[in-house]
Amino acid sequence: MTANLVNILMGGVFHAAILFLVAAGLQVVFGVQKIFNLACGSFYALGAYTGVSAVAYFTGHGGPPVLFVIPLALGGLAVGLVGVVVERGLLRFVYDRDETFQLLLTFALVLMLEDLIRMTWGTAPVSTGGLYLSYGQAKILGATVPVYNLLVIAASLVIALGIGWLLTRTAFGRIIRASADNREMAEALGVDMRWVYVRVFTLGSMLGTLGGALVIPATAAMSEMGIELIVEAFAVVVIGGLGSMRGAFVGALVVGILRSVAISVYPELEMLLIYLIVIGVLLWRPRGLFGTAAA
Amino acid sequence: MRIATVLTLVSLALLAIPLVAPAYYVTLMLPFMAYGVVLLGLNLLFGYTGLVSFGHALFIGIGAYTGAVLTSRFGVRQMELILPAAALAAAVVAAPVGALCVRYVKIYFGMLTLAFGMVFYTFLLKFYKLTGGDEGMRMLRPSLLGSEWAGLSKTAYLVGPYYYFSLAVLVLATLLMWRIVRSPFGLCLKTIRENQVKAESLGVSVPLYRWYAFMVSAVYAAVGGALLATPTGNVDPTLAYWTHSGNIVFMVLLGGFASFFGPLLGAFVFIFLQDTVMSVFPYWRLTFGAVLAFMVIFAPGGLMGLFARPRPVEVSRG
Repeated sequence: MTANLVNILMGGVFHAAILFLVAAGLQVVFGVQKIFNLACGSFYALGAYTGVSAVAYFTGHGGPPVLFVIPLALGGLAVGLVGVVVERGLLRFVYDRDETFQLLLTFALVLMLEDLIRMTWGTAPVSTGGLYLSYGQAKILGATVPVYNLLVIAASLVIALGIGWLLTRTAFGRIIRASADNREMAEALGVDMRWVYVRVFTLGSMLGTLGGALVIPATAAMSEMGIELIVEAFAVVVIGGLGSMRGAFVGALVVGILRSVAISVYPELEMLLIYLIVIGVLLWRPRGLFGTAAA
Repeated sequence: MRIATVLTLVSLALLAIPLVAPAYYVTLMLPFMAYGVVLLGLNLLFGYTGLVSFGHALFIGIGAYTGAVLTSRFGVRQMELILPAAALAAAVVAAPVGALCVRYVKIYFGMLTLAFGMVFYTFLLKFYKLTGGDEGMRMLRPSLLGSEWAGLSKTAYLVGPYYYFSLAVLVLATLLMWRIVRSPFGLCLKTIRENQVKAESLGVSVPLYRWYAFMVSAVYAAVGGALLATPTGNVDPTLAYWTHSGNIVFMVLLGGFASFFGPLLGAFVFIFLQDTVMSVFPYWRLTFGAVLAFMVIFAPGGLMGLFARPRPVEVSRG
């Protein structure tokens, strides 16, 4: 009984750890640039595929399989630099436009990245093979949990703390928060917004691609994984509150664990339950649990 | 009147297409006409009221599934009954959904509609016994004007009676929408879009008018969805998926949301461009994503906006 419960819970927390990374990317971009980036799921998919390729390259060139997390994480982070291209090449043209156009531009990105992934990696799912369990399994209260999952949860926590530190303790973090709060004032005080935007967007895309890379040993990369994840990440930020990092953290835990519980108790309810909660939150408290911006 | 000439020519062309064009292109006209109905309604919300729904595929799904359920489960084959039933089903769902959504604008309206769309999508996907799950449900050939057209092959049925039936529905939907946007009601919607405070101070109940617009657009989407189901032959949950909602917003933008006929042009170009691109290159999403990005950045007025451009140029010249 406990073993079963722990299994469900740990599965949920693992999913939450991944969701948090993607949602954090969504939040930081929304907070500063006021753009709801539908393509954050596509970044996630891009990171996943790059992770598979990086690991395959690494092991194919004699790298010890035990160290596969290194090329995995590096590949995930490196492909996140595509954010620079996206921000400079597309998004910078629409900052002063109606948000409908911003949303549609990120939707254009969703379409393009989905096919770019299909062109590069084909339509069949790809995976890292048997590396998932190369760190063995841990026994927790009678349940067996892959050690890799624990590593990802720990990494996600460290990143959450790192983001918190970045936002509250560094000069760049203060600039980010100032820009999110009052763009004109920040600009008037000499902050170069182009500089802030390109960095913030790249930070957001790197969080997404890293999330994708980290999930991949546990599952297979599929070209639809991006558009499926975006609606979950969307649920996370709505529940937590748009633009709030704390909201992303709590929202990810809520969505991750609820989904895990629903799958084992009543599979039909899985995402239905999450969306019903999203609707409930939007109606009862549109700014989410931790959001500050009013509807 | 230039516009009257264009419309007459277009109508004549639409009537003549099944007689002159190859059957393949005629069958492509069917989704165009179905989406045409959907987009007329969507643009009442998007172009005229200024609300962007990212969950409108929900109502396409409702219309299509109404058709499939009625034909394959209940043996109701008359299209003349299916369309009103689809409209009614959409209205029943849209009444509470719309009442909740129209309390919000901009990104929150988009998110709420997206969430409702995904609720319906997961319902279709997961409740296998009711909906057929991911395999969906078959849409049997509906009868038109009391005739089964049993003597016709599938293609002959689609490019003959079904084509003209769809055309008639599209024309009626267009005329009705033309009346709606020209009516005081349509003007109120535009006022709300342009200046909500002013609309309120003039005594227009903003949420109520938004709700009306939502209802009309939902009914249009369901009728279009039911029309779409017959040529497809099978309805499945992806009809209600959020990317489908995104695609129809894309079609509106492609044609031009600021113009009455823009969405129809958008649907036409989208369907035929998609077909052309796919025949030479399997990655239509890449091409369309690039087109959409280009439109958003350089031509937010859509194709109709390109035609309407000359005016400001003349001003700047003087």
